[in-house]
Amino acid sequence: MDKNKQIIDEIIDQEYEYGFTTDIEQETIPPGLNEDVIRLISSKKNEPKWLLEWRLKAYKQWLKMDEPDWSKLNYSEINFQTISYYSAPKPKEKLKSLDEVDPELLETYKKLGIPLEEQKMLANVAVDAVFDSVSITTTFKEELEKHGVIFCSFSEAVKNYPKIVKKYLGSVVPTTDNYFAALNSAVFSDGSFVYIPKNVRCPMELSTYFRINAANTGQFERTLIVAEEGSHVSYLEGCTAPMRDENQLHAAVVELITHQNAEIKYSTVQNWYPGDPKTGKGGIYNFVTKRGTCLGDNSKISWTQVETGSALTWKYPSCILKGNNSVGEFYSVALSNNFQQADTGTKMIHLGKNTKSTIISKGISAGKGQNTYRGGVKIMKGAENARNYSQCDSILIGNDCSAHTFPYIDVRNPSAQMEHEASTSRIGEDQLFYCNQRGISTEDAVYMIVNGFCKEVFNELPMEFAVEAQKLMEVSLEGAVG
Amino acid sequence: MLEIKNLHAGVNGKEILKGINLSVKPGELHAIMGRNGSGKSTLANVITGRDNHEVTSGSVTYNGADLLDMTPEDRALRGIFMSFQYPVVIPGVNNTYFLRAALNSKLKHNGLKEINVADFMRLIREKLKLVNMDEKYLSRAVNDGFSGGEKKRNEILQMLTLEPELSILDETDSGLDIDALKIVAEGVNNFRNSSRSFVAITHYQRLLDHMKPDFIHALIDGKIVKSGGINLAHKLEEKGYSWLEA
Repeated sequence: MDKNKQIIDEIIDQEYEYGFTTDIEQETIPPGLNEDVIRLISSKKNEPKWLLEWRLKAYKQWLKMDEPDWSKLNYSEINFQTISYYSAPKPKEKLKSLDEVDPELLETYKKLGIPLEEQKMLANVAVDAVFDSVSITTTFKEELEKHGVIFCSFSEAVKNYPKIVKKYLGSVVPTTDNYFAALNSAVFSDGSFVYIPKNVRCPMELSTYFRINAANTGQFERTLIVAEEGSHVSYLEGCTAPMRDENQLHAAVVELITHQNAEIKYSTVQNWYPGDPKTGKGGIYNFVTKRGTCLGDNSKISWTQVETGSALTWKYPSCILKGNNSVGEFYSVALSNNFQQADTGTKMIHLGKNTKSTIISKGISAGKGQNTYRGGVKIMKGAENARNYSQCDSILIGNDCSAHTFPYIDVRNPSAQMEHEASTSRIGEDQLFYCNQRGISTEDAVYMIVNGFCKEVFNELPMEFAVEAQKLMEVSLEGAVG
Repeated sequence: MLEIKNLHAGVNGKEILKGINLSVKPGELHAIMGRNGSGKSTLANVITGRDNHEVTSGSVTYNGADLLDMTPEDRALRGIFMSFQYPVVIPGVNNTYFLRAALNSKLKHNGLKEINVADFMRLIREKLKLVNMDEKYLSRAVNDGFSGGEKKRNEILQMLTLEPELSILDETDSGLDIDALKIVAEGVNNFRNSSRSFVAITHYQRLLDHMKPDFIHALIDGKIVKSGGINLAHKLEEKGYSWLEA
């Protein structure tokens, strides 16, 4: 009978496209977490003493903290002693050029659609490729250097630009911020570093591609982006992981700083392995702390995220609007299909005068998926004439999924203007039949309805990635109508 | 064009249509009148292929092909259109996009080139005038926030754009004020020609006054009990249906 359901059930059987494993010799330290492990990570990276100390301090704080339990996420306790905190492909000597990169790795990125050979790259996008715990290579480095833009792995930044790193590391997300940020601060292994000098408009999109490969390892990367006065940068991250039966932990920290008149646009297309679609087994636990501070007047930070992967997503990219007239934006599409759970949203903290924030959140729940929007808008006392506009829309596909919205609003200045809109809708048999009756197939109808629903957010992505995000939605949605 | 023979069909095991016979030829407009629950909408749903309707016996052919074997989109692509009694809202999908997707899907099915945005806009602007709709409707989501009358006009706009061979008008007159009714009827009348056929389902004769049907059929308890010309519609309006009951 139910023809529409059948069509969609057929597509659901398609597998996660990026679930392959790269067979490469890797150096992985034994599972477990203690001070010695942190010392080992730090020594493997030849880190300066201050950074080791910073890590150890974070670790001690972490030990005293409790795992947060306020989210809508349901999962069995994470045993932090069964995770390996460092894994790297073996010849991990510093690479001078791509010729020295293991061909097996180049092949991996090719399969993921991220060719690292510069001449074959997407025009005007520089890529930093992070494989498990280390950065493999960064493309277009020289081209960027001409403009004074620094784009390198976090480890390199610690070595080559210690002053900047020391100045900003932990300045937006302190080590004590939350349980997972503290853990990340203790054990982070690599990540990306971006520095845009004064009045420079970064000549190309910057992008980091994260890949988890090794089994039983966690990925803990750290990204730091500093935009000096009057500068501008657009940055994009993508993520995938192999299919495994065990859950793997990903706990990243991203810190953004914009000085006066500077702008950072940060986009994420997250497609970690979501777990087995039929049993819910495996998948990535994605606990991420992302925050930016608009330090200078008239500066702007804009987060755009398309979250389609992971078994669990716990993520609230936020903006601290310190500078007067600064602007924070959050555009989000979060999809939970099958057994996926997402608890995601943002925090906008208004400190400066005439600060403005916009929140557009689109949650899609399908299968047995659970989708929660959790957002906080805080207008502090000194924030004269602050404005916020929030819009949280949810769409349900089928009868076994759910959507929740938790907006928290705290206004301490009477001049604030707040607007909040929310809606929940359902893709029903009626809508599908209506489309069918106009000659539109069920698959096309579902994609059309969902893409229409996400349009406002996709419009915020850089062109090439908007198309990719749209395709990714279609793949991730498979199996949706009940 | 459309041949229905001894059609028995129902929903959830309950028989609603109890032996319908109907033959619609090119260029004809048939009106099916009946009370609530007589099976009018079920007939429309069976012709268009709604999922939850079961056909227990009889046949429906369209240009000689077995219609009951086809998916709803296949029926649509072959030229069957339904103006819905309750058009659904599709939030976030704008009318222009939706209508162009529908038209392109049809063009593709007919082996023709898809229409580009510029040509489509030119086409749709002309059609809008025919149903007296403002261009601003185009940028709104499908039926989202439309009044009852706007929804019905939007259905007719879709019909005029997709140019179907057979149009089923399911209670297109309900929820319309007299001005909107005239616009809708005029839209249909101007669209009529010797190859296009219509099945209009209605409670009342008022739509029929504007449309000049060729045949009127009175549907009672899943059967067509009487067929005739426009006089039958007047008689039904005047006397109701009980005189036809056995």
